Amino acid sequence: MAKTYYLTTPLSSEDTRALKSGDIVYISGTIFTARDAAHKRLVELIEKGEELPFDIEGSVIYFVGPTPPKPGDPIGSAGPTTSYRMDSYSPIMLEHGSKGMIGKGKRSQEVKDACKMYDGIYFGATGGAGALLGKKIKSAEVIAYPELGPEAVRKLEVENFPVTVINDTYGNDLYQMGREMYEVK
Amino acid sequence: MREIEFDEVVKAVRNMIIHCGTDLPQDTYDALVVAMEEEKSHVSKEVIRQILENANIAKDEKRPLCQDTGLAVFFVKVGDEVKIKGGLLKDAINKGTEQGYTDAYLRASTCEPFSRANLKDTVGYNLPAIIHFDIVAGDKIDIEYAAKGGGSENVSRARVFPPAAGKEGIIEYVKEVISDAGGNPCPPITVGIGIGGTFEKAAISSKHALFRDIGSKNEDPEMDEMEQVILDEINNLGIGAMGMGGTKTALAVHIESNPCHIASLPVSVNVQCHSSRHTHITI
Ligand code: SF4
Repeated sequence: MAKTYYLTTPLSSEDTRALKSGDIVYISGTIFTARDAAHKRLVELIEKGEELPFDIEGSVIYFVGPTPPKPGDPIGSAGPTTSYRMDSYSPIMLEHGSKGMIGKGKRSQEVKDACKMYDGIYFGATGGAGALLGKKIKSAEVIAYPELGPEAVRKLEVENFPVTVINDTYGNDLYQMGREMYEVK
Repeated sequence: MREIEFDEVVKAVRNMIIHCGTDLPQDTYDALVVAMEEEKSHVSKEVIRQILENANIAKDEKRPLCQDTGLAVFFVKVGDEVKIKGGLLKDAINKGTEQGYTDAYLRASTCEPFSRANLKDTVGYNLPAIIHFDIVAGDKIDIEYAAKGGGSENVSRARVFPPAAGKEGIIEYVKEVISDAGGNPCPPITVGIGIGGTFEKAAISSKHALFRDIGSKNEDPEMDEMEQVILDEINNLGIGAMGMGGTKTALAVHIESNPCHIASLPVSVNVQCHSSRHTHITI
């Protein structure tokens, strides 16, 4: 039976190993945003052995390109983008200490394997719930690549950001399991 | 000849875009309420609950429903007794689109196909809008608008079958497209199917089918029945809300069918996500 957890970042292996596909998690603390273009640059830094713009250990990366904020708001609407575009980068991020990713849609076998190997979790957030998710973001600050616009790396402070565990550290995949459970043949 | 001011069209289009960006249409909202009640998986039920809560927040606080505020797609019926004073109708629609996206803080999602460069900056300028014109009798302009997100557009497909494929062939094809798409198009989805015509006619029909209100009946009883059959087949796939497993993958299937060449059976499947932002005005 799926459980509900309240976790604060950075995440430890102890945190992530407790989670199972289908669990609902409310994340609080600091998370970082990055989409394709930013991932490409982050991975290049890792490969060159250079310092990243944030501490990768235990970090949670949110795949998002938000709408521009209205005056007075920290951020606009900020729902997840489709994750497979990050598939070639995510295993490297996990290998170097990142513990969580938030996005939507299926991941490659390589990403699932990396989750198993490095205690990483792939969380799904509700696509299209940008207004609701944007409200859970209390502050936002661009910390790298401002020239990428909505794709810049942002440091976000979130409070009870709602996500579901899709891929856990045991090789389970909610997209497969959920579908098998409700498929009528 | 009736004359309509250029600026009147600009204003009407701008208001449509602003309204659609933050207010989920009633037909979609109502269909999601029913889907939440009927959904058997509690994970999917929770997802649909979040989608509805999101719609309430977006409406109350005038925030975009989704950060993907889409490409602006229009179907325009122009009466043959109408004249636009002060410019071209196409320019008025594009100008209204730019103003709407800018004034409502909607994301500009248009880019060059290869350099991927944003055509201006992140705010506004979601141009050019995709506009399909038709000329009809009368002195009015009828504008249907939808914001079309990338997630659902990316899973859409078209194919020209041999006539022998028949209804069964089409049903199998639609199932295959939706099954492969899984959670990527943000289910619960609406599925638009264009049948017949030519390759491009089928594609345009499948897009237009998405503009019809959820819950409305197809005027053609044969197509209405086929819509039901396909809807059940899709919901039996078990994909569920956001692909997390469940019984409510689609809210509706809409078919537009056209006469076609004796040698071919074109089919197009266009998917719209749960954020089915569409509206319609007559000037
Ligand atoms: S598919 Fe629709 S709901 Fe999902 S992210 Fe794109 S526009 Fe938003």
